[in-house]
Amino acid sequence: MEQLGLHDAGQRPSSGMQQQMPPAPAPVPQLPPQMFTTAAQLLDLTDKKLMVSLRDGRKLIGVLRSWDQFGNLVLQDTVERLFVQNLYADIERGLFLVRGENVLLLGEIDLDKDDYVPEPYEPASVERVFALKKAEDQERSKTEKKRHKKLAAYGFEGEHAGEAIL
Amino acid sequence: MLFFSFFKTLVNHEVTVELKNDISIRGTLKSVDQYLNIKLDDISVVEEVKYPHLSSVKNVFIRGSVVRYVHLPAAAVDTPLLEDATRREASQASAKAKQG
Repeated sequence: MEQLGLHDAGQRPSSGMQQQMPPAPAPVPQLPPQMFTTAAQLLDLTDKKLMVSLRDGRKLIGVLRSWDQFGNLVLQDTVERLFVQNLYADIERGLFLVRGENVLLLGEIDLDKDDYVPEPYEPASVERVFALKKAEDQERSKTEKKRHKKLAAYGFEGEHAGEAIL
Repeated sequence: MLFFSFFKTLVNHEVTVELKNDISIRGTLKSVDQYLNIKLDDISVVEEVKYPHLSSVKNVFIRGSVVRYVHLPAAAVDTPLLEDATRREASQASAKAKQG
């Protein structure tokens, strides 16, 4: 691949006509268009440990091995991290192929702060966290449904119809 | 493509991206692509305790389809230029429509 720095200008026309032309306005420095593709953005995340947040609220932590322009991803050695109240737990999941439309964001994990979870959260057993999470999700989907019904009565349509994205 | 070009001019500025799930992430805009996927560096989450999964993350790739707002630094936006570009794009679009 071509080596591109942030200060490289985009392609400029080079022609012999410039002498006769009136002086053109100073070109606005622009990054080359190759810098602005999904591929360029995901390339430097490849083989890194990432936190992937999905549309259904799941948080997956794994190594990004492959991807395409739609944001479809392959994650290796993935764990799913559940957060509930002030507890969290990890579940081993393995290999994932995530369809791009379900991805909210990818975060590169700072290896200096690896596995750092802020203050009030404590590790707990998977069973306990899983049960609490299930109860919490059910509660949320109930209130969400109610809210939706009320909004629908006024003619509002939800942004993410009924889905609790967290 | 106007907003793609517009966002390209904001590279290396501090922006806050608000997602459709209400998370607000502040960081340095590193790159943007044709879908308006956004890459932010040195991020901080506005309500960190509510979103613990982001606390060990240093830079993020946000899928364009989940962005609700991008808060921009007002000083970095050249409004007259943006207006001109909008008019130019609109007139080009209408010229194309007449042709076709």
